Parts: sequence; C-alpha cells; structure tokens
Amino acid sequence: MNINATLIGQAIAFAIFVWFCMKYVWPPLLDAIEARQKKIADGLTQAERAGKDLELAQAKAAEKLKEAKAQAAEIIDQANKRRTQIVEEAKNEAETERSKIVAQGEAEVEAERNRAREELRQQVAVLAIAGAEKIIKRTIDKEANSDIIDKLVAEL
Amino acid sequence: MSGQGEALTSSSYIQHHLTNLTWSVDGGWNAHDAGFWTFHVDSLLVAVGLGVLFLWLFRSVAKHSTVGVPGKLQCFIEMVIDFVDENVKDTFHGKNALIAPLALTIFVWVFLMNLMDLVPVDLLPHAAQAIGVPYLKVVPTTDLNVTLGMSLSVFALIIYYTVKVKGFGGFVKELTMQPFNHWAFIPVNFLLESVTLLAKPVSLGLRLFGNLYAGELIFILIALLGYWQLPLYFPWAVFHILIIVLQAFIFMMLTIVYMSMAHEDH
Repeated sequence: MNINATLIGQAIAFAIFVWFCMKYVWPPLLDAIEARQKKIADGLTQAERAGKDLELAQAKAAEKLKEAKAQAAEIIDQANKRRTQIVEEAKNEAETERSKIVAQGEAEVEAERNRAREELRQQVAVLAIAGAEKIIKRTIDKEANSDIIDKLVAEL
Repeated sequence: MSGQGEALTSSSYIQHHLTNLTWSVDGGWNAHDAGFWTFHVDSLLVAVGLGVLFLWLFRSVAKHSTVGVPGKLQCFIEMVIDFVDENVKDTFHGKNALIAPLALTIFVWVFLMNLMDLVPVDLLPHAAQAIGVPYLKVVPTTDLNVTLGMSLSVFALIIYYTVKVKGFGGFVKELTMQPFNHWAFIPVNFLLESVTLLAKPVSLGLRLFGNLYAGELIFILIALLGYWQLPLYFPWAVFHILIIVLQAFIFMMLTIVYMSMAHEDH
C-alpha cells in the first residue's frame, strides 16, 4: 500500500463531483423542498384563516338572525298597537257619527213638532176666528173687530 | 504475485484480494515499484463510476423535481438532502453555498464506495479474471490513496477558507497565538497547532481507510473458511452496514465541523 498518483486522481474527481453537485444538484432540489415547505405553510395558514372566517360568518349570521327576529317581533307589536288604535278610532268615529245622527234626528223631530204646533196654532186660530166669526156674525161687523183678532192671533 | 495457475494458498488469496490493478506512467500495467506516477485503475474506476451514479441519480431527480406532491424516488432523495441540510445548518452557521453540496457529495459518495464492501468478495474479482483482468479491488475506500485524496481536498478547503475568512495574518495568528496567548509561547503554540492542523486530514483519511480496510479484510478471512463462512458472513455483513453508514456520516460531519472552524473565530 503506497501513496501514489491515485490520490491526485481521486482529488480531481472529488473536486469535479462537488462542483457539479453544487451547480446542478443541490440548488434545484433544495429549492423544491423549500418551495414546498412554504406552500404547505401557506396552505395551513390559509386553512386556519378560513376556519376563523367561517366562525366569524356563523356568529354574524346568528346575530343577524337574532336581529331580524327582534325586528319582526317589534313590527308585529307595532301592528297590534296600530290595529287597536284603528279600532278605537273607528269606534270613536262611529260614536260621534251616531250622536250626530241622533242629534240631527232630534232636531228634525223638534222642527217638525214646532212646525206642526205652528200649523196647529194657525188652524186653531182660524178655527177660533171661524167660530168667533160665526158667533159674531150674528152680532157685529167682522171688520170692526179684526184688529183685536189679529192681536189675539199674535199672542197665541 | 500469484497467477491463476498457481496453487491457491491462504496468503496468496489474501494478497491477491488486496492488490490493486495499477497502471503507471513509467512501467505500464501492474509494474512493481513503479514510483509515484502510478494509478490504481480499479479504485479510480469504481470511485468515479459510483460518483457518476450518484450525480446522475440526483440530477435526474432534480431535473424532474416538483414543488407539488413528490414521487417516491424524489421523496427518498429529498430525505437525504434534508438530512444533510439539517446537519449542515446545525453545525455550520456561516453563509457558504459550497458546504452543503460538499457534505452531500461526501456522504453519498463515501456511502456508495463503502457499500461496495457488501458485494461478495470473490464475485467481481473472479468476473474480472474471466475477462482477463488480473487484479480487481472493488472497494475504493479500502485504498488509502482514495481516502487521503478526499481528506487532503478537505484540508485544502480548510486552509483556503481560513485564509479567506481570517486573512493570512489570522491564519498565522491561529497557528502561533493559541492556546497560550503570549509571544514567549509562539514555538510551543506553533508545534501544538501544527500537529492539530495536520492531524485533521490524516485522521480523517485514515479513519475511513482503517475501518473499511479492516472490514474488507475480515470479509476476506471469512471467505477463507470454506463452509463456515455461510453462518459468519451474514452477521458480519449486517454489522458492517452500520460501519458503512457511520463512516460516511462521520466523514461528512467532520468535514462540516472543520469548515465551520475555518469560518469562525475561536
């Protein structure tokens, strides 16, 4: 076993292999590994973010639903109130209308009665005059006493 | 050296398994003591072949790599990349695009070279003999030249980055003003630090070589036992799987640590 030029040959081969490895083997392989590591890490963060987003969206949806429910309840409440109000208003209106109609009727009845009374009174006056005429005809002149009769009629 | 026709003795068998196929500038194929300019052709071929296999596999996955859902092969490759990247990030805190690919190359390449140890010891040498190749040592990391070639390259990187990050003055200062920060201790410091520095590549290379050489030797010895090798081969192979991965990991880890030390102030 002696040292000879094999050593130099081996050293040269070694240098060439290392150079080739450094130039053409190591960088693409390590780049691929690192790119994949980055991709996986990105994917994981994205998945995590998506999970968080989903959670957030679910919470938001629940909140919206609650809000909508509250709003619906409020609207129903308002409608109920409005209904009561309308019914009340209608009732009041009807009441007024009724009293108005009643009052009108009463007034009409009153007017009718007054008219009838007036008529009656005039007829009574005519009757009285006719009676009186018949009575007086026998005794006195109609024209001489007419002013008294007129006065009487006015007083009735 | 024993040829094919000679009687097979234990020592010649072992000797044969531990002999490289060589080619030297001066003496041609398998010359004795051909001097420094000799190449262990089998070690280099297997090592380069495995390195190319590693790079081809990883490159083909890298080319078709997708950011989306990865296939099974891409998953496996990415597991290796991630494992290396994690170790580099844990140990090396500076910014240097070289360290991680360096660590990956060392880990996978050394692992593959060590893995050749699990190929049955006689399989490939016999196949080689059948096509006329007299010697074949199939595990490159049992060749001291291979392990030292790598560890010395790491050593060169250590010195390069120490000088680059801390300046030449910083490098000299690191050698002379530690561990005793006083001018009178400069020779002592220099002696201690030089040993520390030089021990790094030597221990790095020898550790890998020693572990794999011993493992290979035991495989060869087991192979000598005739029928007894059958129950023994399996447990040793299982145990050796641990060593194969562990030594590749240690080589990678120590390289990262040395690089980290070169980049950081103490």
